[in-house]
Amino acid sequence: MVMADFRLVEINNLSKAFDGNVILDNISLDVKKGENLVVFGQSGTGKSVLLKCIIGLITPDQGDVSINGQLTKGLNIDELNTIRKKMGFLFQSAALYDSMSVRENLEFPLSRHTNLSSKQREEKVRETLRMVSLEKSIDKMPSELSGGMRKRIGLARSIITDPELMLYDEPTTGLDPITTKEISELILNLQRKLNMTSIIVTHDIVCAKIIADRAIFLKEGKIAYEGSIEELTNTTDIFLEKFFSTEIIKD
Amino acid sequence: MELPKLITKRKPTAGEKVYNFFTDISRLSLFTFRALKYVFIPPYEIAQIRKHMDELGVKTFPIVSITGFVIGLVLALQSQPVLQRFGATDFLPATVALSVIRELGPVITALIFAGRVSSGIGAELGSMRVTEQIDALEVSAINPFNYLVVTRVIATTMILPVLTIYVNFIALIGGYFAVIITDNMSFQYYQNAIISSLEFADLVPGIAKTFFFGFIVGIVGCYKGYTAEGGTEGVGKASTTSVVMASLLILLFDTLAVKISLWLWPTLG
Repeated sequence: MVMADFRLVEINNLSKAFDGNVILDNISLDVKKGENLVVFGQSGTGKSVLLKCIIGLITPDQGDVSINGQLTKGLNIDELNTIRKKMGFLFQSAALYDSMSVRENLEFPLSRHTNLSSKQREEKVRETLRMVSLEKSIDKMPSELSGGMRKRIGLARSIITDPELMLYDEPTTGLDPITTKEISELILNLQRKLNMTSIIVTHDIVCAKIIADRAIFLKEGKIAYEGSIEELTNTTDIFLEKFFSTEIIKD
Repeated sequence: MELPKLITKRKPTAGEKVYNFFTDISRLSLFTFRALKYVFIPPYEIAQIRKHMDELGVKTFPIVSITGFVIGLVLALQSQPVLQRFGATDFLPATVALSVIRELGPVITALIFAGRVSSGIGAELGSMRVTEQIDALEVSAINPFNYLVVTRVIATTMILPVLTIYVNFIALIGGYFAVIITDNMSFQYYQNAIISSLEFADLVPGIAKTFFFGFIVGIVGCYKGYTAEGGTEGVGKASTTSVVMASLLILLFDTLAVKISLWLWPTLG
């Protein structure tokens, strides 16, 4: 449920360049609590950089980001980590820890940031794995999992600490259409169940149609479009028509 | 702390190579200062340190055992005919002991440790870097520098002196095997001759420098892996360059350590 008044994420005049190449150019954006915002754009237009600026993996050249009303700029690592504990991040590659089993991957943030007993942690791990329908894989190593399973486990690891804000970096890239739909529905269900706010970077119109409350389109480092997903896909803008022409799946 | 950037062109010019060489040294220095700072900042990750001491140190015992034995054996075999020419075969135990304990044991153990461990750390952290696992730790509010770098550097610094003492011992055993092949010397005599030839000043510098060698192996492997770029190619580079850099730094520091120990204990000369 979107809370109309409360802006969980506020981005003001954010700019970032790499080796003189401007990736984000003066971006301003708000995300309301409980909202699912989808970020579209061609490859290299700074979608992932935007997510990494929000979570503090990349320091912007200009502008600032506020999470829950708190500016992330100028915070020391401990203060930034306090904010990060309320956030989840699903990497494009899922970024599971290779040396740990599925159980250990999920338990790791719990053992670090909560005072749960080992029994409570085990219950929480199993409960979260049930949400992503992979309880049977609890003792597997990441190398034994398929691409879709890795994404699900990555998702489970991200949500296990009950974050208020989830950031998804291309959650369905490289997956077949059926798994794409399943992962997208899973994200939507989790968002409803846990009342999370989500920012989803994707190229995938199927995923966006399922998840998005609102969408933006990044072009040359700026927000070229902002609105509902229906408006975006029915646009008369030549560039956007071209972008979506190969991807739109008719109802 | 942002590290200065290297020029990553496919075919750098001679000037760019020189620039990269000095930039690499400054990056390693900054990385080292950062690691030293984080050693004193909690959490201390004791369980991880113990795990790495086992993985990086204990599992190196087989290879250094063989090496240590062969060093002692070959050294004694090579020295015996030369000493015999001067009628000084009684000095064989002292020759083997002083060579092994002062120099060969620490340096060769460190070089083997660098080959096995530095490359392993470089590859492991490099792989974690390019597959975003280090970023995943960071977004999970876990300090990856503390968790990955500091723990490994402490483990390598602590375990190499232990390995070196062990290698020294095995090398002396290897030396005795050479002695009984070529000469008729009792173990009691061999042992007494070694003990009487060694002084405190022979033992301390040889072991003291291995703490620094261990630190070099850990910090170079972590630096190369942690800062790896460019996919699997970057992982391979991190692995190979960490061995080269660690080995060169060990030899460089060894020269310095010899000069310092001769200055502190002039009787060693």
